[in-house]
Amino acid sequence: MSALFSPFVTKPETVSQIMLKVLLSLLPGIALYVWYFGPAILVSIVLASITALSTEALMLKLRDRPIMPFLKDNSALLTGWLLALSIPPMAPWWLVVVGTAFCIVIAKHLYGGLGNNLFNPAMVGFAVLIISFPVQMTQWLTPNGLATLEFSFADQLKYIFMGVLPPDVTLDAITMATPLDTLKTQLHLDRSIKEILELPIYGRMAGHGGEMISLGFLAGGLYLLVSRIISWHIPVAYLGSLFVTAGIFYLVDPEHYVAPLFHWFSGAAMLGAFFILTDPVSSPTTNKGKLIFAVMAGLITYLIRVYGSFPEGLAFATLLMNICVPLLVLYTQPKVFGKKNRKDGGRP
Amino acid sequence: MEVSRLYLGEGALKKIFKFNGGVHPSTYKTISNQADIKCLPMPSRLVIPFKQHAGEAAKPLVKAGDHVLKGRLIGMPEGLISGAIHAPTSGTITAIDEQPVAHPSELADLCATLVPDGKDEWVQLAPIDYRDHTSEDIQHRLRMAGVVGLGGATFPSNVKLRKSKFKINTLILNGAECEPYITCDDLLMRKHADEIIRGAEILRHVLDATEVLIGIEDNKPEAIDSMRQAIAELGFKFDVVAVPTIYPGGGVKQLIQVLTGLEVTSGKLPNEIGVQCFNVATTRSIYRALEYGEPLLSRIVTITGNVNQPGNYEALIGTPIDELIAGVEKLTDTNGYIMGGPMMGIRLPSVGVPMVKATNCIIAASDKLFPPAPPALPCIRCTRCVDVCPVELQPQDLYWFSKAKEFGKAQTFSLFDCIECGACSYVCPSHIPLVQYFRFAKSEIQVRALEKQNSDKARERHEFREYRIEREKKAKAEKLAARERVVLAAKEKAALVAKEGAVTSATEFPAPTQSEAVIPRE
Repeated sequence: MSALFSPFVTKPETVSQIMLKVLLSLLPGIALYVWYFGPAILVSIVLASITALSTEALMLKLRDRPIMPFLKDNSALLTGWLLALSIPPMAPWWLVVVGTAFCIVIAKHLYGGLGNNLFNPAMVGFAVLIISFPVQMTQWLTPNGLATLEFSFADQLKYIFMGVLPPDVTLDAITMATPLDTLKTQLHLDRSIKEILELPIYGRMAGHGGEMISLGFLAGGLYLLVSRIISWHIPVAYLGSLFVTAGIFYLVDPEHYVAPLFHWFSGAAMLGAFFILTDPVSSPTTNKGKLIFAVMAGLITYLIRVYGSFPEGLAFATLLMNICVPLLVLYTQPKVFGKKNRKDGGRP
Repeated sequence: MEVSRLYLGEGALKKIFKFNGGVHPSTYKTISNQADIKCLPMPSRLVIPFKQHAGEAAKPLVKAGDHVLKGRLIGMPEGLISGAIHAPTSGTITAIDEQPVAHPSELADLCATLVPDGKDEWVQLAPIDYRDHTSEDIQHRLRMAGVVGLGGATFPSNVKLRKSKFKINTLILNGAECEPYITCDDLLMRKHADEIIRGAEILRHVLDATEVLIGIEDNKPEAIDSMRQAIAELGFKFDVVAVPTIYPGGGVKQLIQVLTGLEVTSGKLPNEIGVQCFNVATTRSIYRALEYGEPLLSRIVTITGNVNQPGNYEALIGTPIDELIAGVEKLTDTNGYIMGGPMMGIRLPSVGVPMVKATNCIIAASDKLFPPAPPALPCIRCTRCVDVCPVELQPQDLYWFSKAKEFGKAQTFSLFDCIECGACSYVCPSHIPLVQYFRFAKSEIQVRALEKQNSDKARERHEFREYRIEREKKAKAEKLAARERVVLAAKEKAALVAKEGAVTSATEFPAPTQSEAVIPRE
């Protein structure tokens, strides 16, 4: 026995295990990603992992913190994975490296490292990339079966690491705008929703392939809920808010606004609801705070998707709501046992 | 709050409530609850602290060299909240001095050292029939019998029986025993249920309570059966309620909430909501103190953990821990002892300290039983601590404030409502010793409050001194002025007299010169 003070027993659960479980629950989504878009995403994930771990180690060393206990907490790895999953799989290698390094160095360690970052590190990295490198950030792969020509994994690797395409291939032939982006541009061309959704890139509910990846993330997210890694508040409030907002617009004008399910299974909605907005460090600690945080994030996501200049709004919704967290926490303090009959409920 | 109750026929299945959070640590109760309660050989010496209870220490009534009989009062309760101290066996008092006591920082406290003579000779006892005595008389007898809460808080029992403006509706007996490892109440309920139930009837009578609820965690079916049987045999209408096994379900406020749905107000006692709660071992001591006139001299202690003969032992108050564990054969890799349970107990600085009325359990610890926690990581605000906190606090915020020494903020976030149950530390995936931070913050705040009080007093004294000096100065000045006025008046009078004299004399003598006639004025 080494402890000097009670309690002398602790639950064996560790931060490292929690983060590992989150990583594992990303796997169904990643598997479907590979199935529909090929293994390029795995390259991004590996690149992001290596960058995350090495920049984490470097920063810990510079900050004179113990390296191994923190490297083993898996949090840097998770940040890297989430960023890799948010950017196009065909992104050049340096885009992944720069983005991940920004997440870890600036958004995480300059704020004080694990537990101290105000903003979701992966979303900070994403925001930096989409503002700095908008062209590379729109090179999304065409799902398998829809591309006009075969583009092998070796060719993909060549493009990712050396930026060269085979002589007879243009970038446009292998990449495309995302379903959300396509929707927006087509609406600007005055086409109706019905016409747009008949395009081959759309599947049953949303983008072909993308909707299945979202289902994978939904499955992983449900595992996180069931195993109590995350609470229901953020995913339910976020998806609920997105659904209701989209639903109202859809009911009013179904010609120009797409059905709520489309929004659920497009872009990063599922990833955001279960894996990004639920980051404990940068989200509110109170249940009421979580609900407001997620409802607002859902609303902002929708508004950016429909009226903003970016096709997807999750990253900015997350960052904007991250700013509000201290305020939300302060004003949503729950009542304290023994003080519930008081007017203030024992709140500070 | 009106509480609806659901009675389902003869089984009297009661509706129970939930408190927030709680945890389910492994209970390890079967280690020690298999054997009957055993006795220990007479220790070679007893060290009896004069403060074993909440409130003021008892005043020593004996001196070194005195021979005392078993049950002799050796410490007189002082003040409203205090407890009497008795000689647990007959023998000679060899010293009244400061001895190390069970406290994490190895504090010393005033103790009587008693060397038993082996005769175990009783003083004359004075049993009473409680029905013939007033409430005040019973309270006085319990106070003089040294009966205090044996669940751990050691609050003097007589104080809980005092008449107040609140009507007690519900008397609760606490047999929950929610801490892992501890089984002394379990065994007591199995073996001495009749004495507990008779004690409960005394308490019900004194408090004039309308119902009696006995809360026992559902991991103690033998104790539940035994208590129900005793109630049936004695013909009382008490309810034994099997409450869910969840830590800290045996906390007074938590048990009250589970059994009645009522919430004890922050900073208030349970009687304010019409409830009074006693531990089962305390209840038995109350019974014995009245029925047999026996003061509280011994208690049942669970000795468990890394030992060959774990079990429950009836031990005299004041038995040094080393003598307590001498017979149970500790294993060789034992490297520490916990007094109390693993969630709220204290690590003993040495085994030389004595057991006291609050000592319900001694756990021999090893690295195998209590593996060292991994190094603490930063808080990731996962709020697992919030989920388990029975007081519905925000431990992650309190931790932040305590660490940053923002004590004012910690207080506004209800730091002092924390019951230090340790559930937050238990679940923390970053393995932060949260409760230790809260203990630190509380003691810092108390120290500062005391310092402020002292400095306020000093300032007041200083200000009064200044005022006094000023007042004296003023008085002096006034006195001086008054005297001068008197002198002046006297001089004026003298001058007047002189003038009159001059006038008179002028008629007889030659008139004085102008200068002589003028009285100098200041």
